[in-house]
Amino acid sequence: MAKDALMDFDKALEKFEPVIGLEVHVELSTKTKMFSSASNIFGADPNTAVTPVCLGLPGSLPVVNKEAVRYSISLGLALGCEIAETCRFARKNYFYPDLAKNYQISQFDEPIAFEGSLEVELDNGDIVTIPIERAHMEEDAGKLTHVGGATGRIQGAEYSLVDYNRAGVPLVEIVTKPIYGTEGRAGEVARAYVSTIRDIVRGLGISEARMERGNLRCDANVSLRPRGDEKLGTRTETKNVNSLRSIERAIRYEIQRQAALLDKGTAIIQETRHWHEDTGTTSPGRPKSDADDYRYFPEPDLLPIRPSRELVDELRAALPEPPAAQRRRLKAEWGFSDVDFQSIVNAGLLVEVRETVEAGANPQSARKWWMGELSRTANEMNVEPSSLVTPTQVAELQSAVEAGTINDKLAREALAGLIANEGTVAEIIEKRGLTVVSDDGALIAAIDAALASQPDVLEKIASGKVEAAGAVIGAVMKAMGGKADAARVRELVIERASA
Amino acid sequence: MSDITEDTVRHLANLARIALTPDEVTTLTSELAAIVSAVEKVNEVATADVPATSHPIPMENVWREDVVADELTSEQALTGAPDHDGSRFRVTAILGEEA
Repeated sequence: MAKDALMDFDKALEKFEPVIGLEVHVELSTKTKMFSSASNIFGADPNTAVTPVCLGLPGSLPVVNKEAVRYSISLGLALGCEIAETCRFARKNYFYPDLAKNYQISQFDEPIAFEGSLEVELDNGDIVTIPIERAHMEEDAGKLTHVGGATGRIQGAEYSLVDYNRAGVPLVEIVTKPIYGTEGRAGEVARAYVSTIRDIVRGLGISEARMERGNLRCDANVSLRPRGDEKLGTRTETKNVNSLRSIERAIRYEIQRQAALLDKGTAIIQETRHWHEDTGTTSPGRPKSDADDYRYFPEPDLLPIRPSRELVDELRAALPEPPAAQRRRLKAEWGFSDVDFQSIVNAGLLVEVRETVEAGANPQSARKWWMGELSRTANEMNVEPSSLVTPTQVAELQSAVEAGTINDKLAREALAGLIANEGTVAEIIEKRGLTVVSDDGALIAAIDAALASQPDVLEKIASGKVEAAGAVIGAVMKAMGGKADAARVRELVIERASA
Repeated sequence: MSDITEDTVRHLANLARIALTPDEVTTLTSELAAIVSAVEKVNEVATADVPATSHPIPMENVWREDVVADELTSEQALTGAPDHDGSRFRVTAILGEEA
Protein backbone atom coordinates (compact mmCIF):
# COMPACT_ATOMS: atom_id res chain seq x y z
CA MET A 1 0.00 0.00 0.00
CA ALA A 2 1.37 3.36 -1.03
CA LYS A 3 2.18 5.70 1.77
CA ASP A 4 -0.05 8.77 2.04
CA ALA A 5 1.55 12.16 1.58
CA LEU A 6 1.05 14.21 4.74
CA MET A 7 1.20 17.95 5.21
CA ASP A 8 2.83 19.35 8.32
CA PHE A 9 0.04 19.71 10.90
CA ASP A 10 0.56 23.40 11.64
CA LYS A 11 0.80 24.22 7.95
CA ALA A 12 -2.40 22.25 7.27
CA LEU A 13 -4.20 24.34 9.88
CA GLU A 14 -2.89 27.56 8.39
CA LYS A 15 -4.47 26.72 5.06
CA PHE A 16 -7.57 24.79 6.10
CA GLU A 17 -10.20 24.72 8.81
CA PRO A 18 -11.01 21.22 10.08
CA VAL A 19 -14.64 20.32 10.74
CA ILE A 20 -15.33 17.09 12.60
CA GLY A 21 -18.38 14.99 13.30
CA LEU A 22 -18.48 11.99 15.60
CA GLU A 23 -20.60 8.87 15.71
CA VAL A 24 -20.30 6.95 18.92
CA HIS A 25 -21.82 3.50 19.36
CA VAL A 26 -22.51 2.41 22.92
CA GLU A 27 -23.30 -1.24 23.63
CA LEU A 28 -25.82 -1.40 26.44
CA SER A 29 -25.20 -3.85 29.28
CA THR A 30 -28.72 -5.23 29.48
CA LYS A 31 -29.09 -8.91 30.35
CA THR A 32 -30.68 -9.71 26.99
CA LYS A 33 -30.54 -8.41 23.46
CA MET A 34 -32.43 -5.53 21.90
CA PHE A 35 -35.11 -7.59 20.20
CA SER A 36 -34.62 -11.11 21.51
CA SER A 37 -34.36 -12.90 24.83
CA ALA A 38 -30.83 -14.22 24.08
CA SER A 39 -28.10 -13.35 26.61
CA ASN A 40 -26.14 -10.20 26.01
CA ILE A 41 -22.73 -11.54 27.09
CA PHE A 42 -19.16 -11.17 25.98
CA GLY A 43 -16.86 -14.12 25.46
CA ALA A 44 -19.37 -16.98 25.36
CA ASP A 45 -18.79 -19.94 23.03
CA PRO A 46 -19.78 -19.02 19.46
CA ASN A 47 -23.48 -19.13 18.62
CA THR A 48 -24.62 -20.06 22.11
CA ALA A 49 -26.14 -16.69 23.03
CA VAL A 50 -28.67 -16.80 20.23
CA THR A 51 -32.37 -17.32 19.62
CA PRO A 52 -34.15 -17.79 16.26
CA VAL A 53 -34.54 -13.97 16.14
CA CYS A 54 -30.74 -13.45 16.19
CA LEU A 55 -30.39 -15.93 13.34
CA GLY A 56 -33.11 -14.34 11.23
CA LEU A 57 -34.96 -17.64 11.07
CA PRO A 58 -38.27 -17.59 9.19
CA GLY A 59 -41.25 -16.94 11.41
CA SER A 60 -39.24 -15.41 14.26
CA LEU A 61 -40.37 -11.98 15.44
CA PRO A 62 -38.50 -9.29 17.34
CA VAL A 63 -39.83 -7.89 20.62
CA VAL A 64 -38.37 -4.73 22.14
CA ASN A 65 -36.39 -5.01 25.39
CA LYS A 66 -37.99 -2.55 27.80
CA GLU A 67 -34.81 -2.17 29.83
CA ALA A 68 -32.86 -1.17 26.71
CA VAL A 69 -35.44 1.56 26.05
CA ARG A 70 -35.04 2.84 29.62
CA TYR A 71 -31.24 2.85 29.26
CA SER A 72 -31.51 4.70 25.95
CA ILE A 73 -33.79 7.35 27.43
CA SER A 74 -31.41 7.83 30.38
CA LEU A 75 -28.52 8.27 28.00
CA GLY A 76 -30.50 10.71 25.85
CA LEU A 77 -31.33 12.76 28.94
CA ALA A 78 -27.72 12.75 30.13
CA LEU A 79 -26.76 14.13 26.72
CA GLY A 80 -29.22 16.97 27.18
CA CYS A 81 -31.50 15.61 24.46
CA GLU A 82 -35.23 15.90 23.98
CA ILE A 83 -36.93 12.54 24.33
CA ALA A 84 -39.34 11.79 21.49
CA GLU A 85 -42.99 11.52 22.40
CA THR A 86 -43.18 8.73 19.94
CA CYS A 87 -40.43 7.00 18.03
CA ARG A 88 -40.19 4.14 15.63
CA PHE A 89 -37.80 1.48 14.42
CA ALA A 90 -36.73 1.23 10.79
CA ARG A 91 -35.11 -1.38 8.63
CA LYS A 92 -31.73 -0.57 7.19
CA ASN A 93 -31.31 -3.01 4.32
CA TYR A 94 -27.93 -4.36 3.37
CA PHE A 95 -26.42 -7.71 2.48
CA TYR A 96 -23.59 -8.80 4.67
CA PRO A 97 -23.38 -12.00 6.68
CA ASP A 98 -22.82 -10.18 9.99
CA LEU A 99 -26.60 -9.87 10.18
CA ALA A 100 -28.54 -12.90 9.11
CA LYS A 101 -31.77 -11.03 8.34
CA ASN A 102 -30.15 -8.94 5.56
CA TYR A 103 -31.23 -5.83 7.43
CA GLN A 104 -30.39 -4.11 10.66
CA ILE A 105 -33.19 -2.82 12.84
CA SER A 106 -32.32 0.78 13.59
CA GLN A 107 -34.09 4.10 13.82
CA PHE A 108 -34.17 6.53 10.93
CA ASP A 109 -36.35 9.62 10.90
CA GLU A 110 -37.84 9.13 14.37
CA PRO A 111 -35.01 8.57 16.86
CA ILE A 112 -35.72 8.25 20.57
CA ALA A 113 -33.56 11.26 21.49
CA PHE A 114 -32.53 14.37 19.56
CA GLU A 115 -31.20 17.92 19.86
CA GLY A 116 -28.83 17.71 22.78
CA SER A 117 -25.50 19.14 23.78
CA LEU A 118 -22.65 17.97 25.92
CA GLU A 119 -19.99 19.98 27.68
CA VAL A 120 -16.56 18.38 27.58
CA GLU A 121 -13.44 19.49 29.38
CA LEU A 122 -10.09 19.66 27.61
CA ASP A 123 -6.66 18.99 29.11
CA ASN A 124 -6.16 22.63 30.06
CA GLY A 125 -9.58 22.89 31.70
CA ASP A 126 -11.28 24.67 28.76
CA ILE A 127 -14.90 23.65 28.23
CA VAL A 128 -16.16 22.90 24.72
CA THR A 129 -19.85 22.37 24.00
CA ILE A 130 -20.55 19.58 21.53
CA PRO A 131 -23.87 19.82 19.69
CA ILE A 132 -25.69 16.49 19.52
CA GLU A 133 -27.92 15.75 16.57
CA ARG A 134 -29.55 12.58 17.79
CA ALA A 135 -29.19 9.35 19.74
CA HIS A 136 -31.01 6.35 18.35
CA MET A 137 -31.50 2.70 19.25
CA GLU A 138 -30.33 -0.13 17.06
CA GLU A 139 -28.86 -3.62 17.15
CA ASP A 140 -25.24 -4.71 16.87
CA ALA A 141 -24.05 -7.11 14.17
CA GLY A 142 -22.40 -10.53 14.51
CA LYS A 143 -18.67 -11.14 14.45
CA LEU A 144 -16.90 -12.33 11.31
CA THR A 145 -13.56 -14.10 11.33
CA HIS A 146 -11.82 -14.17 7.99
CA VAL A 147 -9.90 -17.37 7.40
CA GLY A 148 -7.13 -17.94 4.89
CA GLY A 149 -4.98 -15.36 3.15
CA ALA A 150 -1.81 -14.03 4.66
CA THR A 151 -3.11 -11.11 6.68
CA GLY A 152 -6.26 -12.41 8.35
CA ARG A 153 -7.99 -9.51 6.63
CA ILE A 154 -10.82 -9.89 4.21
CA GLN A 155 -8.68 -9.47 1.11
CA GLY A 156 -7.46 -12.91 0.12
CA ALA A 157 -9.63 -14.68 2.68
CA GLU A 158 -10.88 -18.07 1.59
CA TYR A 159 -13.98 -18.01 3.72
CA SER A 160 -15.42 -16.31 6.76
CA LEU A 161 -16.80 -17.75 9.98
CA VAL A 162 -19.78 -16.10 11.63
CA ASP A 163 -20.65 -15.95 15.32
CA TYR A 164 -24.04 -14.34 15.98
CA ASN A 165 -23.60 -13.90 19.75
CA ARG A 166 -23.14 -10.15 19.27
CA ALA A 167 -25.92 -9.90 16.68
CA GLY A 168 -28.80 -8.05 18.28
CA VAL A 169 -26.90 -6.62 21.26
CA PRO A 170 -28.54 -3.26 22.06
CA LEU A 171 -26.70 -0.23 20.79
CA VAL A 172 -27.26 3.46 21.09
CA GLU A 173 -25.67 5.47 18.30
CA ILE A 174 -24.94 9.06 19.25
CA VAL A 175 -24.42 11.42 16.33
CA THR A 176 -23.04 14.93 16.71
CA LYS A 177 -23.75 17.87 14.47
CA PRO A 178 -20.71 19.23 12.62
CA ILE A 179 -18.26 20.54 15.22
CA TYR A 180 -16.63 23.80 14.16
CA GLY A 181 -13.83 25.87 15.59
CA THR A 182 -11.81 23.08 17.16
CA GLU A 183 -8.77 24.00 15.04
CA GLY A 184 -5.56 22.32 16.18
CA ARG A 185 -7.48 20.72 19.04
CA ALA A 186 -9.86 18.74 16.79
CA GLY A 187 -8.38 15.44 17.89
CA GLU A 188 -8.24 16.42 21.53
CA VAL A 189 -11.88 17.57 21.47
CA ALA A 190 -12.92 14.24 19.95
CA ARG A 191 -10.99 12.31 22.58
CA ALA A 192 -12.45 14.39 25.41
CA TYR A 193 -15.94 13.90 23.98
CA VAL A 194 -15.66 10.12 23.79
CA SER A 195 -14.05 10.05 27.22
CA THR A 196 -16.96 12.08 28.63
CA ILE A 197 -19.50 9.73 27.05
CA ARG A 198 -17.60 6.84 28.58
CA ASP A 199 -17.82 8.49 32.00
CA ILE A 200 -21.53 9.16 31.51
CA VAL A 201 -22.52 5.63 30.49
CA ARG A 202 -20.47 4.14 33.30
CA GLY A 203 -21.98 6.61 35.73
CA LEU A 204 -25.42 5.55 34.53
CA GLY A 205 -24.40 1.90 34.78
CA ILE A 206 -25.76 1.21 31.30
CA SER A 207 -22.59 0.01 29.56
CA GLU A 208 -19.26 -1.55 30.41
CA ALA A 209 -17.86 1.02 27.97
CA ARG A 210 -14.67 -0.96 27.39
CA MET A 211 -13.26 0.30 24.13
CA GLU A 212 -10.92 -2.65 23.65
CA ARG A 213 -13.96 -4.93 23.71
CA GLY A 214 -15.91 -2.74 21.34
CA ASN A 215 -18.49 -1.73 23.97
CA LEU A 216 -17.77 1.85 22.94
CA ARG A 217 -16.80 2.60 19.36
CA CYS A 218 -16.15 5.84 17.59
CA ASP A 219 -16.33 6.72 13.90
CA ALA A 220 -14.70 10.05 13.15
CA ASN A 221 -15.83 12.22 10.26
CA VAL A 222 -13.25 14.75 9.16
CA SER A 223 -13.42 17.38 6.44
CA LEU A 224 -11.34 20.41 5.63
CA ARG A 225 -12.37 23.66 4.02
CA PRO A 226 -10.04 26.37 2.77
CA ARG A 227 -9.82 29.32 5.17
CA GLY A 228 -12.65 31.73 4.45
CA ASP A 229 -14.88 29.18 2.68
CA GLU A 230 -18.44 28.69 3.87
CA LYS A 231 -19.04 25.39 2.12
CA LEU A 232 -18.05 22.23 3.95
CA GLY A 233 -15.41 20.08 2.30
CA THR A 234 -15.89 16.43 1.36
CA ARG A 235 -15.60 14.26 4.44
CA THR A 236 -14.14 10.88 5.18
CA GLU A 237 -15.37 8.59 7.92
CA THR A 238 -12.64 6.76 9.83
CA LYS A 239 -13.72 3.55 11.53
CA ASN A 240 -12.05 0.99 13.75
CA VAL A 241 -10.78 3.54 16.23
CA ASN A 242 -10.56 1.48 19.39
CA SER A 243 -8.91 3.65 21.99
CA LEU A 244 -9.08 7.23 23.17
CA ARG A 245 -5.55 7.83 22.03
CA SER A 246 -6.31 6.47 18.56
CA ILE A 247 -9.21 8.86 18.09
CA GLU A 248 -6.88 11.78 18.55
CA ARG A 249 -4.19 10.30 16.31
CA ALA A 250 -6.64 9.26 13.56
CA ILE A 251 -8.14 12.74 13.31
CA ARG A 252 -4.74 14.36 13.22
CA TYR A 253 -3.69 11.94 10.48
CA GLU A 254 -6.77 12.63 8.36
CA ILE A 255 -6.25 16.39 8.66
CA GLN A 256 -2.66 16.03 7.45
CA ARG A 257 -3.58 13.58 4.67
CA GLN A 258 -6.51 15.57 3.33
CA ALA A 259 -4.53 18.83 3.47
CA ALA A 260 -1.76 17.33 1.35
CA LEU A 261 -4.30 16.17 -1.27
CA LEU A 262 -6.28 19.42 -1.36
CA ASP A 263 -3.06 21.40 -1.60
CA LYS A 264 -2.20 19.52 -4.79
CA GLY A 265 -5.68 20.17 -6.15
CA THR A 266 -6.79 16.54 -5.68
CA ALA A 267 -10.39 16.07 -4.61
CA ILE A 268 -11.15 14.16 -1.42
CA ILE A 269 -13.12 10.99 -2.08
CA GLN A 270 -16.09 10.56 0.22
CA GLU A 271 -15.33 7.17 1.68
CA THR A 272 -14.98 5.02 4.75
CA ARG A 273 -11.41 4.70 5.96
CA HIS A 274 -9.93 2.24 8.40
CA TRP A 275 -7.57 3.18 11.19
CA HIS A 276 -4.53 0.99 11.69
CA GLU A 277 -3.27 1.15 15.23
CA ASP A 278 0.09 -0.45 14.40
CA THR A 279 1.13 1.93 11.63
CA GLY A 280 -0.81 4.97 12.82
CA THR A 281 -2.36 5.44 9.39
CA THR A 282 -5.75 5.18 7.70
CA SER A 283 -6.51 3.26 4.52
CA PRO A 284 -9.52 3.39 2.22
CA GLY A 285 -12.42 1.03 2.82
CA ARG A 286 -15.37 0.90 0.51
CA PRO A 287 -16.30 4.09 -1.29
CA LYS A 288 -19.74 5.52 -0.60
CA SER A 289 -21.83 4.35 -3.52
CA ASP A 290 -25.22 2.83 -4.10
CA ALA A 291 -24.18 0.01 -1.79
CA ASP A 292 -25.11 2.57 0.85
CA ASP A 293 -28.64 2.96 -0.51
CA TYR A 294 -30.15 1.36 2.55
CA ARG A 295 -33.83 1.75 1.57
CA TYR A 296 -34.91 2.52 5.12
CA PHE A 297 -38.55 1.88 5.84
CA PRO A 298 -40.61 1.58 9.04
CA GLU A 299 -40.02 -1.82 10.65
CA PRO A 300 -43.31 -3.65 10.13
CA ASP A 301 -42.60 -6.23 12.85
CA LEU A 302 -42.42 -3.63 15.64
CA LEU A 303 -44.80 -1.07 17.05
CA PRO A 304 -43.90 2.51 17.83
CA ILE A 305 -42.42 3.33 21.23
CA ARG A 306 -44.19 6.06 23.13
CA PRO A 307 -42.38 6.58 26.43
CA SER A 308 -44.75 7.97 29.05
CA ARG A 309 -43.83 11.37 30.44
CA GLU A 310 -43.89 9.77 33.89
CA LEU A 311 -41.16 7.33 32.82
CA VAL A 312 -39.07 10.13 31.33
CA ASP A 313 -39.45 12.22 34.48
CA GLU A 314 -38.56 9.24 36.67
CA LEU A 315 -35.40 8.59 34.66
CA ARG A 316 -34.50 12.26 34.62
CA ALA A 317 -34.77 12.42 38.41
CA ALA A 318 -32.50 9.38 38.72
CA LEU A 319 -29.67 10.80 36.58
CA PRO A 320 -26.32 10.86 38.35
CA GLU A 321 -24.53 14.17 38.74
CA PRO A 322 -23.04 15.43 35.47
CA PRO A 323 -19.32 14.72 34.98
CA ALA A 324 -18.26 18.38 35.42
CA ALA A 325 -20.07 18.71 38.75
CA GLN A 326 -18.75 15.36 39.89
CA ARG A 327 -15.19 16.41 39.13
CA ARG A 328 -15.53 19.52 41.28
CA ARG A 329 -16.90 17.44 44.14
CA LEU A 330 -14.27 14.69 43.95
CA LYS A 331 -11.40 17.16 43.76
CA ALA A 332 -12.60 18.79 46.98
CA GLU A 333 -13.25 15.46 48.73
CA TRP A 334 -9.89 14.03 47.82
CA GLY A 335 -8.01 17.21 48.63
CA PHE A 336 -5.91 17.02 45.45
CA SER A 337 -4.08 19.94 43.91
CA ASP A 338 -5.30 21.22 40.51
CA VAL A 339 -2.32 19.62 38.81
CA ASP A 340 -2.71 16.22 40.47
CA PHE A 341 -6.43 16.10 39.83
CA GLN A 342 -6.22 17.33 36.25
CA SER A 343 -3.56 14.76 35.43
CA ILE A 344 -6.03 11.98 36.35
CA VAL A 345 -8.76 13.56 34.22
CA ASN A 346 -6.39 14.03 31.30
CA ALA A 347 -5.27 10.43 31.50
CA GLY A 348 -8.94 9.39 31.25
CA LEU A 349 -8.63 7.57 34.57
CA LEU A 350 -11.07 9.46 36.76
CA VAL A 351 -13.64 6.66 36.73
CA GLU A 352 -10.98 4.09 37.63
CA VAL A 353 -9.56 6.18 40.48
CA ARG A 354 -13.05 7.04 41.78
CA GLU A 355 -14.16 3.39 41.71
CA THR A 356 -10.92 2.35 43.43
CA VAL A 357 -11.57 4.89 46.18
CA GLU A 358 -15.17 3.68 46.44
CA ALA A 359 -13.81 0.14 46.80
CA GLY A 360 -11.93 1.25 49.90
CA ALA A 361 -8.52 2.61 48.84
CA ASN A 362 -7.36 6.05 49.90
CA PRO A 363 -7.35 8.63 47.08
CA GLN A 364 -3.57 9.10 47.04
CA SER A 365 -2.88 5.39 46.66
CA ALA A 366 -5.62 4.94 44.08
CA ARG A 367 -4.09 7.75 42.06
CA LYS A 368 -0.58 6.34 42.46
CA TRP A 369 -1.52 2.89 41.14
CA TRP A 370 -3.47 4.09 38.11
CA MET A 371 -1.19 6.95 37.12
CA GLY A 372 2.00 5.05 37.86
CA GLU A 373 2.47 1.33 37.45
CA LEU A 374 -0.79 0.66 35.58
CA SER A 375 -0.38 3.50 33.09
CA ARG A 376 3.20 2.48 32.47
CA THR A 377 2.32 -1.16 31.89
CA ALA A 378 -0.68 -0.26 29.72
CA ASN A 379 1.51 1.99 27.64
CA GLU A 380 4.06 -0.77 27.12
CA MET A 381 1.32 -3.21 26.12
CA ASN A 382 -0.43 -0.57 23.99
CA VAL A 383 -3.78 -1.04 25.75
CA GLU A 384 -5.98 1.05 28.05
CA PRO A 385 -5.10 0.83 31.76
CA SER A 386 -8.73 -0.06 32.51
CA SER A 387 -8.35 -3.26 30.49
CA LEU A 388 -5.61 -4.55 32.82
CA VAL A 389 -7.31 -4.82 36.21
CA THR A 390 -10.52 -3.77 37.94
CA PRO A 391 -10.72 -0.94 40.50
CA THR A 392 -11.75 -3.52 43.12
CA GLN A 393 -8.55 -5.48 42.51
CA VAL A 394 -6.46 -2.34 42.92
CA ALA A 395 -8.23 -1.58 46.19
CA GLU A 396 -7.56 -5.12 47.42
CA LEU A 397 -3.92 -4.78 46.48
CA GLN A 398 -3.60 -1.51 48.36
CA SER A 399 -5.32 -2.98 51.39
CA ALA A 400 -2.74 -5.83 51.42
CA VAL A 401 -0.01 -3.17 51.41
CA GLU A 402 -1.61 -1.27 54.26
CA ALA A 403 -2.07 -4.46 56.27
CA GLY A 404 1.67 -5.02 55.92
CA THR A 405 1.21 -8.34 54.13
CA ILE A 406 3.22 -7.04 51.18
CA ASN A 407 5.39 -4.01 50.62
CA ASP A 408 5.34 -1.68 47.59
CA LYS A 409 7.83 -3.73 45.64
CA LEU A 410 5.99 -7.00 46.24
CA ALA A 411 2.75 -5.22 45.44
CA ARG A 412 4.07 -4.42 41.99
CA GLU A 413 4.79 -8.11 41.50
CA ALA A 414 1.30 -8.99 42.73
CA LEU A 415 -0.06 -6.47 40.27
CA ALA A 416 1.77 -8.23 37.45
CA GLY A 417 0.00 -11.39 38.63
CA LEU A 418 -3.37 -9.64 38.53
CA ILE A 419 -2.69 -8.41 35.01
CA ALA A 420 -1.78 -11.97 33.99
CA ASN A 421 -5.12 -13.15 35.43
CA GLU A 422 -3.50 -15.41 38.00
CA GLY A 423 -6.34 -15.03 40.49
CA THR A 424 -7.27 -12.84 43.43
CA VAL A 425 -4.72 -10.72 45.30
CA ALA A 426 -4.64 -13.26 48.14
CA GLU A 427 -4.16 -16.18 45.74
CA ILE A 428 -1.36 -14.42 43.91
CA ILE A 429 0.47 -13.53 47.13
CA GLU A 430 0.20 -17.18 48.12
CA LYS A 431 1.15 -18.64 44.72
CA ARG A 432 4.02 -16.30 44.04
CA GLY A 433 5.26 -16.41 47.66
CA LEU A 434 5.11 -12.65 48.02
CA THR A 435 4.52 -12.29 51.74
CA VAL A 436 6.79 -9.83 53.48
CA VAL A 437 9.32 -11.42 55.84
CA SER A 438 8.90 -9.81 59.25
CA ASP A 439 10.24 -12.77 61.20
CA ASP A 440 12.99 -11.29 63.42
CA GLY A 441 15.23 -14.36 63.22
CA ALA A 442 15.50 -14.20 59.43
CA LEU A 443 15.83 -10.43 59.43
CA ILE A 444 18.57 -10.36 62.10
CA ALA A 445 20.62 -12.91 60.17
CA ALA A 446 20.44 -10.69 57.08
CA ILE A 447 21.22 -7.59 59.12
CA ASP A 448 24.30 -9.25 60.60
CA ALA A 449 25.51 -10.11 57.13
CA ALA A 450 24.94 -6.54 55.93
CA LEU A 451 26.69 -5.04 58.95
CA ALA A 452 29.70 -7.26 58.39
CA SER A 453 30.44 -5.42 55.17
CA GLN A 454 29.49 -1.98 56.52
CA PRO A 455 30.85 -1.98 60.07
CA ASP A 456 30.75 1.79 60.54
CA VAL A 457 26.95 2.09 60.15
CA LEU A 458 26.13 1.38 63.78
CA GLU A 459 28.55 4.03 64.92
CA LYS A 460 27.01 6.60 62.58
CA ILE A 461 23.54 5.83 63.85
CA ALA A 462 24.70 6.01 67.44
CA SER A 463 26.15 9.46 66.73
CA GLY A 464 22.74 10.63 65.49
CA LYS A 465 22.92 9.88 61.75
CA VAL A 466 19.82 7.71 61.71
CA GLU A 467 19.61 7.91 57.91
CA ALA A 468 22.68 5.65 57.73
CA ALA A 469 20.30 2.78 58.47
CA GLY A 470 19.14 3.11 54.85
CA ALA A 471 22.28 1.40 53.56
CA VAL A 472 21.59 -1.63 55.74
CA ILE A 473 17.91 -1.73 54.80
CA GLY A 474 18.92 -1.66 51.13
CA ALA A 475 21.39 -4.50 51.56
CA VAL A 476 18.89 -6.60 53.53
CA MET A 477 16.21 -5.97 50.91
CA LYS A 478 18.58 -7.07 48.19
CA ALA A 479 19.67 -10.19 50.05
CA MET A 480 16.05 -11.17 50.72
CA GLY A 481 14.77 -10.57 47.21
CA GLY A 482 12.76 -7.50 48.19
CA LYS A 483 10.64 -9.40 50.68
CA ALA A 484 11.96 -7.88 53.89
CA ASP A 485 9.66 -5.77 56.04
CA ALA A 486 11.59 -2.52 55.69
CA ALA A 487 10.04 -0.86 58.73
CA ARG A 488 10.97 -3.79 60.97
CA VAL A 489 14.54 -3.91 59.60
CA ARG A 490 14.93 -0.24 60.40
CA GLU A 491 13.70 -0.78 63.96
CA LEU A 492 16.09 -3.68 64.45
CA VAL A 493 19.08 -1.77 63.13
CA ILE A 494 18.40 1.24 65.32
CA GLU A 495 17.84 -1.02 68.33
CA ARG A 496 21.20 -2.63 67.65
CA ALA A 497 22.98 0.73 67.39
CA SER A 498 21.61 1.94 70.69
CA ALA A 499 22.30 -1.35 72.47
CA MET B 1 -48.15 9.02 -12.94
CA SER B 2 -45.45 7.10 -11.16
CA ASP B 3 -41.73 7.66 -11.55
CA ILE B 4 -40.86 3.99 -11.91
CA THR B 5 -38.50 3.56 -14.87
CA GLU B 6 -36.54 0.58 -16.10
CA ASP B 7 -33.47 2.15 -14.47
CA THR B 8 -35.27 2.26 -11.12
CA VAL B 9 -36.16 -1.40 -11.43
CA ARG B 10 -32.61 -2.40 -12.37
CA HIS B 11 -31.23 -0.35 -9.47
CA LEU B 12 -33.63 -1.93 -6.97
CA ALA B 13 -32.92 -5.41 -8.33
CA ASN B 14 -29.21 -4.78 -7.92
CA LEU B 15 -29.66 -3.61 -4.32
CA ALA B 16 -31.82 -6.63 -3.57
CA ARG B 17 -29.33 -8.99 -5.28
CA ILE B 18 -31.96 -10.23 -7.71
CA ALA B 19 -30.92 -11.08 -11.27
CA LEU B 20 -33.55 -9.97 -13.78
CA THR B 21 -33.77 -10.69 -17.50
CA PRO B 22 -34.54 -7.71 -19.79
CA ASP B 23 -38.07 -9.07 -20.25
CA GLU B 24 -38.59 -9.21 -16.51
CA VAL B 25 -37.36 -5.64 -16.17
CA THR B 26 -39.96 -4.50 -18.71
CA THR B 27 -42.78 -6.42 -17.05
CA LEU B 28 -41.85 -5.31 -13.53
CA THR B 29 -41.54 -1.69 -14.59
CA SER B 30 -45.15 -1.56 -15.72
CA GLU B 31 -46.37 -3.66 -12.78
CA LEU B 32 -44.56 -1.60 -10.16
CA ALA B 33 -45.71 1.59 -11.86
CA ALA B 34 -49.30 0.38 -11.60
CA ILE B 35 -48.85 -0.48 -7.92
CA VAL B 36 -47.31 2.87 -7.08
CA SER B 37 -50.06 4.69 -8.98
CA ALA B 38 -52.67 2.78 -7.03
CA VAL B 39 -51.02 3.69 -3.73
CA GLU B 40 -50.77 7.31 -4.82
CA LYS B 41 -54.54 7.51 -4.76
CA VAL B 42 -54.12 7.80 -0.99
CA ASN B 43 -52.62 11.24 -1.57
CA GLU B 44 -55.89 12.39 -3.06
CA VAL B 45 -57.79 11.72 0.15
CA ALA B 46 -55.01 12.31 2.69
CA THR B 47 -55.24 16.00 3.46
CA ALA B 48 -52.98 17.96 5.78
CA ASP B 49 -55.15 17.18 8.81
CA VAL B 50 -54.70 13.42 8.45
CA PRO B 51 -51.56 12.27 10.29
CA ALA B 52 -49.19 9.80 8.61
CA THR B 53 -49.88 6.22 9.67
CA SER B 54 -47.66 3.18 9.45
CA HIS B 55 -49.90 0.73 11.25
CA PRO B 56 -53.63 0.19 10.83
CA ILE B 57 -54.33 -0.24 14.55
CA PRO B 58 -53.07 2.33 17.07
CA MET B 59 -50.89 0.22 19.33
CA GLU B 60 -47.59 1.01 21.00
CA ASN B 61 -45.14 -0.04 23.69
CA VAL B 62 -45.30 -3.75 23.17
CA TRP B 63 -42.17 -4.89 24.91
CA ARG B 64 -40.72 -7.57 27.11
CA GLU B 65 -38.85 -7.70 30.41
CA ASP B 66 -35.07 -8.13 30.31
CA VAL B 67 -35.01 -11.87 31.08
CA VAL B 68 -32.99 -14.52 29.26
CA ALA B 69 -35.11 -17.23 27.61
CA ASP B 70 -35.40 -19.57 24.63
CA GLU B 71 -31.70 -19.72 23.77
CA LEU B 72 -30.48 -22.26 21.27
CA THR B 73 -27.39 -24.41 21.63
CA SER B 74 -24.81 -23.87 18.93
CA GLU B 75 -25.71 -27.31 17.61
CA GLN B 76 -29.33 -26.26 17.20
CA ALA B 77 -28.29 -22.92 15.75
CA LEU B 78 -26.23 -24.61 13.06
CA THR B 79 -28.86 -27.23 12.15
CA GLY B 80 -29.99 -25.46 9.01
CA ALA B 81 -26.61 -24.05 8.02
CA PRO B 82 -25.36 -25.05 4.58
CA ASP B 83 -21.82 -25.05 5.97
CA HIS B 84 -20.18 -24.60 9.38
CA ASP B 85 -17.03 -25.39 11.33
CA GLY B 86 -18.75 -27.03 14.30
CA SER B 87 -19.51 -23.81 16.17
CA ARG B 88 -19.65 -21.05 13.58
CA PHE B 89 -21.42 -20.55 10.26
CA ARG B 90 -19.09 -20.75 7.29
CA VAL B 91 -19.76 -18.30 4.47
CA THR B 92 -17.89 -17.60 1.25
CA ALA B 93 -15.35 -14.81 1.41
CA ILE B 94 -16.87 -11.43 0.65
CA LEU B 95 -14.68 -9.48 -1.70
CA GLY B 96 -14.41 -5.80 -2.39
CA GLU B 97 -15.44 -4.69 1.05
CA GLU B 98 -13.68 -4.69 4.36
CA ALA B 99 -15.31 -5.65 7.62
